[in-house]
Amino acid sequence: MMLIPCPWCGPRNESEFHYGGAAGVAYPADPGALSDEEWARYLFFRDNPKGPFEERWSHSAGCRRWFTLVRDTVTNEIVAS
Amino acid sequence: MAEPTTRHSPLAGAADRLARVTDAAGGAIAMAEVPFLTQLDLRLDPKGPAAAALGVTLPTHACTSARSGDVDVLWLGPDEWLVVGPPGAAERLAGQLRPAAGSEHVSVVDVSAQRTTLLLSGPRVRDLLALGCAIDLHPRSFGPGDCVQTELAHAPVVLFRRDPGFLIFVRASFAAHLADWLVDASVEYTGIPT
Ligand SMILES: [Zn+2]
Repeated sequence: MMLIPCPWCGPRNESEFHYGGAAGVAYPADPGALSDEEWARYLFFRDNPKGPFEERWSHSAGCRRWFTLVRDTVTNEIVAS
Repeated sequence: MAEPTTRHSPLAGAADRLARVTDAAGGAIAMAEVPFLTQLDLRLDPKGPAAAALGVTLPTHACTSARSGDVDVLWLGPDEWLVVGPPGAAERLAGQLRPAAGSEHVSVVDVSAQRTTLLLSGPRVRDLLALGCAIDLHPRSFGPGDCVQTELAHAPVVLFRRDPGFLIFVRASFAAHLADWLVDASVEYTGIPT
C-alpha cells in the first residue's frame, strides 16, 4: 500500500485515490484542425519512463481534489508533491 | 388527496441488532442510528458574503469543523463544506445561505437523504473503528470537532469526532453493509456469535 500525500488532507492510503495518468497533457488549442493520427496521439500516447514520472491523482474517497505529484515508477517513492 | 408519507431511515431495520450490541457490550461500546439529520452541501468562496450567513466562521483548516447553535459545519474541501443540523432544518439553513449570496456564485444542495448517521461511543470505540479504518483516531491527532472523509470497512464515510463519541456519515446504499460490519467487528466486546 502506498501512502499518497494529498496536499489538503495529508498522507492517506492509496485506496482513497484514483490515478489520472501523466500530468501536463495540454488539450489541443484547435482540436478540429488535428488529423486522426494527431488526435489519437493526444488521447492515447504517453511517456512511460523508468524513474520519476509527473502524474495526476484524485483524492476520490477524501476531499475529491485533483493534484500533481512526481512518483518514481521503479520504487513507488513519491519524490515531489 | 395525497396519502401521508412515512419516512424510513436506511438503518431502521438494523436498530434491534445495534441495540443488542450496545446491551451486550456492557458499556464498552454503544451504537445507534441518528436518522434524518439535515445535511447541506455548501460550495462557495470562504471570503465571500455568504460565508458569514450561518453566524460561524467557515473552517478553512482541512478536517476541522465549526459549531454555531445546533449546526455543525464540516470541512470537506477548500471550497466545500457539509452543514449538519437537526432533522427538518434544511429550509431554514438554505434560507439563511441563499439570500446572503447576492450575485456571488454559491451552491447550496440539500443532501440530507444521501447519508444516514451512526453515533458510536464508549471506551472501546476507537479499537473497534481501527479494525476497518486507517486514520489515527487517537485524541492527540483527532480531537473533538475534527472530521475526516475516508473509508471504513471499505465504505466511503465522513467520521466526525463529536461528543459523546463519533458520528459516522455513511451513504444510504452502504449503511446496511456498515451496520453488518460493525455488529460483526464488535464480537470481541459482546460475545454475540454472528
Ligand atoms: Zn484530500
